[in-house]
Amino acid sequence: MPTYRPGPVSLILAALVALFLLLPLLAVIPVSLTPSRMLAMPSGELSLRHYRALIEDPRWINSILLSIRIGVVSSAFSTVLALCFSLGVWMFQPRFTAVLVGFVLLPMVVPPVVSAITLYFLLTSISGVSSFFGYDTWLGVAMAHAVMTVPFATVLILVSLSQLDRRIDLAARGLGATVWERATRIIMPNIKFGIVTAALLSFVLSWEEIGVTLFITSVNAITLPRLMWMGLRDNIDPAIAALSVILIIITVLVLAVRSLVGRLRGAH
Amino acid sequence: MKAYLSDRMGAALLMAPLLLFLGAAYAWPFLGVVNWSFTLPEPGLGQYGALATDPLVQSVFIRTLRIAAIVTLLSVTAAYAITVVWVRGTPMQRVVAEFCILVPFWISVLTRAFGWVALLSNRGLINTWLQAIGFISEPLTLVRNEFGVIVGMTHFLIPFAVFPLASSMRSLDDRVLLAARGLGSSRMRTFWSVFVPMTRSGIIGSALIVFVFSLGFFVTPAILGGGRSVMIAELIYLRIFQSPDWGLGAAISVVLVLFVGALMALLFRYVRPKQMI
Repeated sequence: MPTYRPGPVSLILAALVALFLLLPLLAVIPVSLTPSRMLAMPSGELSLRHYRALIEDPRWINSILLSIRIGVVSSAFSTVLALCFSLGVWMFQPRFTAVLVGFVLLPMVVPPVVSAITLYFLLTSISGVSSFFGYDTWLGVAMAHAVMTVPFATVLILVSLSQLDRRIDLAARGLGATVWERATRIIMPNIKFGIVTAALLSFVLSWEEIGVTLFITSVNAITLPRLMWMGLRDNIDPAIAALSVILIIITVLVLAVRSLVGRLRGAH
Repeated sequence: MKAYLSDRMGAALLMAPLLLFLGAAYAWPFLGVVNWSFTLPEPGLGQYGALATDPLVQSVFIRTLRIAAIVTLLSVTAAYAITVVWVRGTPMQRVVAEFCILVPFWISVLTRAFGWVALLSNRGLINTWLQAIGFISEPLTLVRNEFGVIVGMTHFLIPFAVFPLASSMRSLDDRVLLAARGLGSSRMRTFWSVFVPMTRSGIIGSALIVFVFSLGFFVTPAILGGGRSVMIAELIYLRIFQSPDWGLGAAISVVLVLFVGALMALLFRYVRPKQMI
């Protein structure tokens, strides 16, 4: 079948957009190698001091560990809640499903800054009651991140459920399986890819969350994006460039592996 | 009958945890914020009155709308150009386009804003090079102003604009385009009179997403605007943390939610959701 390919004008315009998209990612590489203590282009010699600073300065390590902890806890929490909710929707198709799903998706649709002030209200209210679960605590941040990521997890799980053949569940039901057996032995094994994707996306979203985190932390719960923010606002620290280069390389590697795996699967 | 009851129980048990969680951790505190807007510093509609008359707040609202409109136009146009190649290019072109769309998409907003600081600041790449080749003697001010904000936001939002466009271009029937060409229409004419009109729903969907996103945007304007090009979201942050006026911050948030809600309702009336995605 003949296909309609983009012409030379389209290709040139697309190349310009591609350049625009990649330019800022490439720009951090020379900055990360500057020997200067401030943001500058390296003139002449290159230095790895800012990469060393990432390993030697305990602030960076601590914030990375904190971000991982918050990401794991909030992602586990939001994936479990999203999974239960989606199973309820798919297995029982209750009335008002559209309204309930709409409610769950609110944190994804409402402007993030409004969610941020809302969660700030929540955590400062909790702080009055408990000192280790509220404003500027890691548990508080994990809960806030769970609120922000749960709509995404729900969407992913609902999408993979919608591709599942209802007849296998009907067969299990007809053969006398209980609700628990249907959920854990019939449905969940068939959507495990969707569940894992939901958990990973929740982790990534929590790992890079800054809009809400900024409102609900001050000095104790300094996540990695929060630390980067502090370094970006005041005196621009080239260690951020070094960190950015590392994060960009990880992203490129993960995407490359993923597309390679997808291609190998497609080949079979 | 028993089965029916247990179904209802099962649904309730499975769905309740998330609904209770979001009710307690999202809906309830949002009502608290609404309450702030009517009670702080004193009960009444004072904060909403202030919103309507305060020239600073109004200038921020107008700037936000202006920037959001410009960013929407730029990102949808740029996204359209690269999506055409991503969806309709040769296999090799598709791989390259996909790489250029997905890599920025997965990189955090902070890293991307920092990349623009590294490019645009006074001692950044562009100014260093332009000075080195003697094109300029003084560094250009490319960041800490509206220009920097628009560039950074457009960069952030292009990948989001791509996805609705891509799905509308994928569903487009090749034979229509080939028919237009076969009937003697030029490449340009085929593009403008056949291709673009047939992807209208994708254009509307992606413009809506980008516009709504940019209204509540916080991180990029705060970093690339350097406090000089304040948008609504940053104004809320400043009212909460710098000149504590929680009531005003809350009132702006309520207005922002209502505005975004009205915008979406309006669009859902004219574009059926299915056409958008």
